[in-house]
Amino acid sequence: MSWTETLRTGLSAVRAHGLRSTLTVLGILIGIAAVILTVGLGLGTQKDVSAQISALGSNLLIVTPGSSTDTSGMRGGFGSSATLTRADAAALTSEVTAPDVAAVAAEKTSSLSVETSSTNWTTSVVGTSAAWTDVRGRELASGAFFTADDDAAGAAVVVLGSQTATELFGTTDAVGQVVTIEDLTFTVVGVLTEEGADAASDLDDLAVIPLSTMADQVVGGTDRNSVSTIYLQAESTDQLSAANQEAETLLLNLHSISSVDDADFSINSQDSLVSTATAVYRTLTVLLTGIAGLSLLVGGIGVMNIMLVSVTERTREIGLRKALGAPPWAIRRQFLVEATVLGLAGGVLGAGLGIVAARVLPDLLDTSIVVSGVAVAGSIAIAMAIGLVFGVYPATRAARLAPIDALRSE
Amino acid sequence: MAEALSFDTGTDTDTGTDTRSAPRPAGRHGADPVIDLHGAGKTYRTGTLEYEALRGIDLQIHEGEYVAIMGPSGSGKSTLMNIIGCLDTLTAGEYHLSGDDVSELDEVELAQIRNRRIGFVFQQFNLLASLPAWRNVELPLMYGRVPMHERKQRAIEALERVGLGDRLANRPGELSGGQQQRVAVARALVGEPSLILADEPTGNLDSTSTTDVLGLFDELHAQGRTLVLITHELEVAQRARRIVWVRDGRIHTDEVNGR
Ligand SMILES: Nc1ncnc2c1ncn2[C@@H]1O[C@H](COP(=O)(O)OP(=O)(O)O)[C@@H](O)[C@H]1O
Ligand SMILES: [Mg+2]
Repeated sequence: MSWTETLRTGLSAVRAHGLRSTLTVLGILIGIAAVILTVGLGLGTQKDVSAQISALGSNLLIVTPGSSTDTSGMRGGFGSSATLTRADAAALTSEVTAPDVAAVAAEKTSSLSVETSSTNWTTSVVGTSAAWTDVRGRELASGAFFTADDDAAGAAVVVLGSQTATELFGTTDAVGQVVTIEDLTFTVVGVLTEEGADAASDLDDLAVIPLSTMADQVVGGTDRNSVSTIYLQAESTDQLSAANQEAETLLLNLHSISSVDDADFSINSQDSLVSTATAVYRTLTVLLTGIAGLSLLVGGIGVMNIMLVSVTERTREIGLRKALGAPPWAIRRQFLVEATVLGLAGGVLGAGLGIVAARVLPDLLDTSIVVSGVAVAGSIAIAMAIGLVFGVYPATRAARLAPIDALRSE
Repeated sequence: MAEALSFDTGTDTDTGTDTRSAPRPAGRHGADPVIDLHGAGKTYRTGTLEYEALRGIDLQIHEGEYVAIMGPSGSGKSTLMNIIGCLDTLTAGEYHLSGDDVSELDEVELAQIRNRRIGFVFQQFNLLASLPAWRNVELPLMYGRVPMHERKQRAIEALERVGLGDRLANRPGELSGGQQQRVAVARALVGEPSLILADEPTGNLDSTSTTDVLGLFDELHAQGRTLVLITHELEVAQRARRIVWVRDGRIHTDEVNGR
């Protein structure tokens, strides 16, 4: 009995019990689709995060408050001490102590309401220096960015993100209009270009004002001198590590800390941020895939169950085949192929469902799902293997039946 | 009709004799027997219950014989046929098939013997309902590793031989009982086995179909095949040249059928 014939026999046996086979295949199908989607979701999130990090700018070092020896590595924002100051940022601009740092942009960010005469919109208001556009790699769609003089003078000027401008002014040109932030009237001097669909939406929803204006007039109080992040830009990738070294030495000095281990700030390159974030998502993906894999196990048990039923039902057929001269291995192969066909069908259909869902879901969930060919081929192979493995016991039982007992059964 | 049955043989002459040779007269003669049972016993065990279905059978059947095995229900006829057909094993005594001690053969060798040397016809037909007639007939060839293109041809020829050349593609459910049994006969003879075993082949058939099937057996016998036919109808047994009576697991009488 050749392989093609065994396969044909297996297929016709599967088809002979359509509903039963369909339900069994469904068990595998769901498991495979779940695995493809979780893996795809994990890869998609990793891709989104690296895209967001590279959208920050190029050749950047990101200085954040908080200890770098903290294992989380991602601490920052609220809850961390406000250890970075405007003075730190100013010192980092020095040609002497930090020659490899080409540009510095400190950010002081707060979520505030921006009002016009007719409407208001809550957005993140960023206080920063004139170098911000260079450092963050941003351009203006209309108007101009504020200047170093504006910053020095604490001018009440604002540059809006494209989405913020649309929310506040609709289709009318925002440049020249006035908005109110915290009872202070600002003139809109420019609107940023859109970053595109790939990036996080807050790249287009923000209002940028001079750092001195932010510190002294908008925030005020004891918190006025702290900044949330300092972006440092190196001239080129080659100078990144030198710039990192210089910034670290300078900041340790300024903060009067003798050991790097005690540092109250951390400096990360974009690469290290990407790898930290990716590691987190990879762990999560492995975990979720494991859970999805469990459903495959359940599907495999379904295959075994249905194959045992099939062997019992077809005991007479097995007896007849043996009487006609089928050796045990031929019977075993017949049932193994049948189980594998069930697994394979589940794998192929599950991969199909996974691919379709990966097309549809991102629109509904606002995340990317990356379906790789390796994941698809791998899960089809796994589905086949599951059919095969869970078919071994039923097939062996069939092969071991004594011909006469099998023939005599009703 | 006998012309239509002149097989293109030359294959599977395991007994070392030419199956096309003229039928030998029934009875004892010099050559070694095809079937040689000596003190054959079979005890069934179901839990603690034991039942001795065969109690010391001595039986020799030679190449080309046509033997009917008769006896009342429960006398052990089917048990005996299963032993002869290598579907079951003895619990006492010896069985030699064409000189081979069957008790020494493993499962794969037994499967090969059933495939090459024996053709079975059952009372229940035992056709696979999902397969068309010709695929049912093809099964022994499939397990005999006959190349695919040759198989279909031979299956069709076998079906033509039993008069079902126009029913090749019909499934068993679309055939009458008599036609189904003829498909089963075609399946039994397609591999050109030297021994045909039939267990009450006419038990489920009307008289016309019975005549058809017995006619086919006569032709097989005329060709030199060894036939063992189990029946409890004297009328059917009368076709054979030798009638063996079994009673309570023992051979009661064993005589040449005078007709
Ligand atoms: N597998 C079995 N287990 C137990 N007893 C059996 C089995 N097969 C047959 N028998 C018993 O053996 C006896 C002979 O059976 P069988 O050979 O089928 O008789 P026959 O074919 O002559 O009617 C019967 O009494 C039957 O009940
Ligand atoms: Mg019987």
